[in-house]
Amino acid sequence: MLEGLLIGLSTAFSIQNLLMVIGGCLIGTFIGMLPGLGPMSIIAIMIPVAISMGDPSAALILLAGVYYGAIFGGSTSSILLNAPGVAGTVASSFDGYPMARKGQAGKALTIAAIASFLGGTVGAILLMIFAPMLSSVALLFHSAEYFALMVVGLSAIAAFAGTGQVAKAILMTLVGLMMATVGEGALFNMPRFTMGMMDLQSGFSFITLAMAMFALPEALYLVMDRKRSSPGGETGKIENLRISRSEAKAIAPVIGRQSVQGFFIGVLPGAGATIASFLGYAVERNIAKEEEQKEFGQGSVKGLAAPETANNAACTGSFVPLLTLGIPGSGTTAILLGALIALNVTPGPRLMTESPDIFWAVIISMYIGNLVLLVLNLPLIPYIAKVLTIPRNYLIPFILFFTLMGAYIGQNNATELLILVGLGICATILRFADYPLAPLLIGFILGSMLEDNFSRSMQLADGWGFILDRPMTLGLLIIAALLVLIPSYRARRAKARQAGVADGD
Amino acid sequence: MALDRWIALIILGITCAYGYAAFFTMDQLLPPFMQRNPIWPSTFPKVLSILAIITSLIIVLGLEKSDKPRDEDPSMIVYRKLAGYDLKSAGLLLALMVLYALALRPAGFLLSTVGFITIGAMILGERKLHYLIPIAAVAAGVVWYLVEGVLGIFLRPLPFFLG
Repeated sequence: MLEGLLIGLSTAFSIQNLLMVIGGCLIGTFIGMLPGLGPMSIIAIMIPVAISMGDPSAALILLAGVYYGAIFGGSTSSILLNAPGVAGTVASSFDGYPMARKGQAGKALTIAAIASFLGGTVGAILLMIFAPMLSSVALLFHSAEYFALMVVGLSAIAAFAGTGQVAKAILMTLVGLMMATVGEGALFNMPRFTMGMMDLQSGFSFITLAMAMFALPEALYLVMDRKRSSPGGETGKIENLRISRSEAKAIAPVIGRQSVQGFFIGVLPGAGATIASFLGYAVERNIAKEEEQKEFGQGSVKGLAAPETANNAACTGSFVPLLTLGIPGSGTTAILLGALIALNVTPGPRLMTESPDIFWAVIISMYIGNLVLLVLNLPLIPYIAKVLTIPRNYLIPFILFFTLMGAYIGQNNATELLILVGLGICATILRFADYPLAPLLIGFILGSMLEDNFSRSMQLADGWGFILDRPMTLGLLIIAALLVLIPSYRARRAKARQAGVADGD
Repeated sequence: MALDRWIALIILGITCAYGYAAFFTMDQLLPPFMQRNPIWPSTFPKVLSILAIITSLIIVLGLEKSDKPRDEDPSMIVYRKLAGYDLKSAGLLLALMVLYALALRPAGFLLSTVGFITIGAMILGERKLHYLIPIAAVAAGVVWYLVEGVLGIFLRPLPFFLG
């Protein structure tokens, strides 16, 4: 482990990679601040750039930096404008915005930055401990278990997708999986479902799909709903970044608890920064003293520190399943997985032994990224916040242009742009009807891996017997079924109770 | 019927077509030696199509009840209030994107990009052309340099008759 750590250190501290971290954090902060643009859209836009760099560790370091920067930028706009750019920072606006209204915007930003830094740092340390452990366990998995594990991951993502309707999320996952079967698969060199179109021969491009699912609907929403892009409140003067000693004492235990809790929530598939931040806020409010409880929502330092710590720790935690199992637990890590596959790196339990430089460099650079955010971005925030005053008339055409460019660079093909627009319209309509889109993308990215493992286990067991061959496969599949069935069963019962129907037990 | 169920109905149609292709047309092309394999190219799609048909039927028939009313979430666009939104600009911008896709090769990158950003901003109501066109031109130039020079991906800068 020590050897790997040293390789990682030397890779992460190369000039190029340091520049990547700094650049990624800055870009992420810039764009993450814009209301309505989430980390998924930003990373989707940045992927073509990262892929064409050709160096997987530099690419992943850049994208991870963008991810952190986006979360940090999102909390900045939550605090200053009450307009969270990212779902994971909505909880930060509960107490951050009241603080800014009281003229303590500078202090709120400092607390957010310190809390994010410590949350991310503790997360990175926990990642260093748990990722190697998990990947040594994961090496024991056969393809049948891998298949079952991916099914569990996908059903957990569907179950936690958050709209309260599991069937919709499952349907979206299945549509994603179906889209992944278009084109020539690795196992059978025979085109499937291409409808005779040459452009579909190599399947849908994942960059195009990511743009169409996230960046384009966000931009169209900004166009359709004027209120979204116009700042809700006045940006106050940002000054006096210092916090007092007593405040530091108050938030220290909060940060300690939330960084650990947030990390483990982030590790679970489907539960990401958003759930971690809301849960962190709720937990801290419940265990606070009574007089402190009243402050929550009025500009409590604890109420700001809790979600900020938790969301950054959860971001780090979400890298655990990605790096050790190769199974992304959230939309953002799914996009990172797609980028890695495009760079010929397959994340999984063997990543740590086969390319320790990537594995460790990413972990080290997460730490550097957090440091950059604290040291570089915090003093720059008053200037970066100017980005919030860019008029939407300029902003929106540029966002659209960058989505188009991203899809074009990925495939070097103008037809891709038409596919992008078509899929983007579909995605916007799906969002109108409250269909979650992240499961679709995750299904699409995992689709070929899922099918490969499925085929391999079918071949090894000569048929469907692989499900019963090893007890773990069956167990995992049962867990997957329960994950999907329990929420809808509970929803039915709740509905039935509302209607006054007595229930069975 | 609500929009989400209509969408589920459309997806049901697509999955039926997909399932039909998987069950009845794909295996005809399979060479005999592959037919001894326990897994065929159509096996996984068959499983998917069955699951997807079941799930979309659940939504179409309204068998699952949502436990949260969606109207409470102010960040969502509610399609019933769709008329209040700026649909015209959104539609025009989408049309502009299609136009850009078609113009990119023949008109060259620089011209089509400047055109796209300028017209896009004008659709949104910008009228200060003396700012807009220079900004668009600089942005197009910088992006072209980055893509061509730094990333090394060819983008034809000028219209086809100029090279």
